[in-house]
Amino acid sequence: MSTNIRFKNRFIKPEDSEDRQYVGFATLPNQVHRKSVKKGFDFTLMVAGESGLGKSTLVNSLFLTDLYKDRKLLNAEERISQTVEITKHTVDIEEKGVKLKLTIVDTPGFGDAVNNNECWKPITDYIDQQFEQYFRDESGLNRKNILDNRVHCCLYFIPPFGHGLRPIDVEFMKALHEKVNIIPLIAKADCLTPNEIKKLKDRVRDEIEKFGIKVYQFPECDSDEDEEFKQLDKELKECTPLAVIGSNTVVEARGQRVRGRVYPWGIVEVENQSHCDFVKLRSMLIRSHMHDLKDVTCDVHYENYRAQCIQDMTSKLTQDNRVDSPLPILPLPTPDAETERLIKMKDEELKRMQEMLEKMQQQIHEKEQ
Amino acid sequence: MAATDLDILASEGMRSLCLGGHVGFDSLPDQLVSKSVSQGFCFNILCVGETGIGKSTLMNTLFNTTFENEEASHYMDGVLLRPRTYDLQESSVDLKLTIVDTVGFGDQINKEESYKPIVDYIDTQFENYLQEELKIRRSLFNYHDTRIHVCLYFIAPTGHSLKSLDLVTMKKLDSKVNIIPIIAKADTISKSELHKFKIKVMSELVSNGVQIYQFPAEDEAIAEINSSMNAHLPFAVVGSSEEVKVGNKMVRARQYPWGVVQVENESHCDFVRLREMLIRVNMEDLREQTHARHYELYRRCKLEEMGFKDTDPDNEPFSLQETYEAKRKEFLGDLQHKEEGMRQMFVNRVKVTEAELKEKERELHDRFELLKRTHQEEKRSVEEKRRDLEEDMNSFNRRKVAAETLQGQAFQGSAQLSIKKDKDKKN
Repeated sequence: MSTNIRFKNRFIKPEDSEDRQYVGFATLPNQVHRKSVKKGFDFTLMVAGESGLGKSTLVNSLFLTDLYKDRKLLNAEERISQTVEITKHTVDIEEKGVKLKLTIVDTPGFGDAVNNNECWKPITDYIDQQFEQYFRDESGLNRKNILDNRVHCCLYFIPPFGHGLRPIDVEFMKALHEKVNIIPLIAKADCLTPNEIKKLKDRVRDEIEKFGIKVYQFPECDSDEDEEFKQLDKELKECTPLAVIGSNTVVEARGQRVRGRVYPWGIVEVENQSHCDFVKLRSMLIRSHMHDLKDVTCDVHYENYRAQCIQDMTSKLTQDNRVDSPLPILPLPTPDAETERLIKMKDEELKRMQEMLEKMQQQIHEKEQ
Repeated sequence: MAATDLDILASEGMRSLCLGGHVGFDSLPDQLVSKSVSQGFCFNILCVGETGIGKSTLMNTLFNTTFENEEASHYMDGVLLRPRTYDLQESSVDLKLTIVDTVGFGDQINKEESYKPIVDYIDTQFENYLQEELKIRRSLFNYHDTRIHVCLYFIAPTGHSLKSLDLVTMKKLDSKVNIIPIIAKADTISKSELHKFKIKVMSELVSNGVQIYQFPAEDEAIAEINSSMNAHLPFAVVGSSEEVKVGNKMVRARQYPWGVVQVENESHCDFVRLREMLIRVNMEDLREQTHARHYELYRRCKLEEMGFKDTDPDNEPFSLQETYEAKRKEFLGDLQHKEEGMRQMFVNRVKVTEAELKEKERELHDRFELLKRTHQEEKRSVEEKRRDLEEDMNSFNRRKVAAETLQGQAFQGSAQLSIKKDKDKKN
């Protein structure tokens, strides 16, 4: 369990502190560690995909809790014209003194209706709303207690029953890939033999590239990481999209109690690496890349949103002075298209007037002579 | 004379007589069987389900052969029906099997029109048969019957309930074809989940009034097995074209890291039950139901649309011929009427256009006159202006000359003055 921890606790060796050259800032990582443990972490995870693909089961398996105790599922007739809702469950979990406030954002109704045109709109609106709220908070006067509700990661569930991505999968991912980190998963992987899984993964990878979908890319390893970690990282990159199985029940297998599914022909163990990629998903999502996901959300997706937002606001302001902005707007050094056009028009008018004046003067001159 | 005899017979009821010896007409069923075997049988299956759900694999598994097919793409714009006909033979019984595949079903983002191509296809096959039936010179015994005898509807194994698309489609199909719902890729649902799923699916079908095919329970020979099978609906099937060694036999199965799913093992899936029901026991009944119920319904609706009735307003039975004659006359009358109407319309339109054209001509003429007049006036005024200008010029010139002469005089005068001054100075 502890083999995947990247952070190496650097203890101060006694001989170091006596060395005159030793300054002491090698303890900085320890200080960061202590402070962050005190502050606690938060993480927002969104799960998206059609009903019946095992999203709730997977979330329960990932975080070893039962988040969906009293869920009501709709009947087929009620789903014919269902709209997409956004539901949030927040739990506080703690492990070895480290507190995590975990928010799971669920999207019931996605892809369930007969007509699913633009069914991802509520989801993109939700993500934008979170960005907007953070933007306002960040630009406000009192910034002490900003609540970060931005979505850090979106797990998208691809059904294993088809031959690859379907149009709705492609459209959804294209609508969201610039707003949130998308991690595509192949759901209910216990219906595919190992050959079929490989074929489907290759297919999905090719289609993702073909359609230009920017899924979350694992960051490159630093060269000073140990070999084991580099090997794990390489395997992870070759395994995408991950094929997962989830289970709400604990069963007896090979003399141990494990999470799994019982079939007449065998028992599928969720945490068995040769059965599915669940362990890889868990280690990637929670144990090694959680913070990187948050960083990419802050540095890339949020910054894109912020830049776009500011640009829209300033272009609107120069046209209509009555729009108030929540920020003090700096005057732009370059005039935008509207004012330039006006200036040009006025210039032309002036030129015309001047020409007319000259002509008139000439005429008078001629008349006088 | 003959009419009264028949009436007497009818009122008495049929008498059943006993035979004195063996006549031999108990071989009638055998004659029928040998005739149908020599004719060959034909069976048409429609497979409806999402792309990749296992329709082709199940067909391969059911008929123990490989029908050629390519993988369908997910990016079709609409649903396409692809019928393929094969000739199979088993113990000197010929079967002409047609498998109709729905390509692209369930892939579009907007699936509101997905059921239409399927319904249209089924209706077209009924229509073709109806046309053949109504022909003057027909050959029904030779006719290749393409009417769909059974529709296998593949339900995705979500474990929750039917999808909305499934419900909508099955409601549209249940009055046109025998539907047998199947849970596809059933090796992804565990036993307890499967039980709940089956109950949920059946209750949803019942509560929405979807009529699926019920295995017939009238014939005592098969009543028992049929009614027990009815309880297993919808069948949870697994299909496989690969063989795996289990024990010391090669069986059709799927090999997983955690076990082997055997297709023909009744405790693993319902494939064997499906095969029994579909092929071994009820194939003929499916064909009969299609002909006697679904086709008759279609035929009745179609003929009523055309205006045929079994009884005329006085409740006397109509003969087809009379109806036909009446229809024909009506039709011809209609046609003539329409022709007249069109001709009238044509004449009217011609008149209207003529009038318009005349009006326009007149307008143009008027405008031409107006322009001419304006032109004349302009010319006149320009002439006047020219004359004025010339006068002005002349008077100006005259003034110029006068001014110059004045200047000249003044000059001379000053010159004289200056000469005088000089003279004075000199003096």
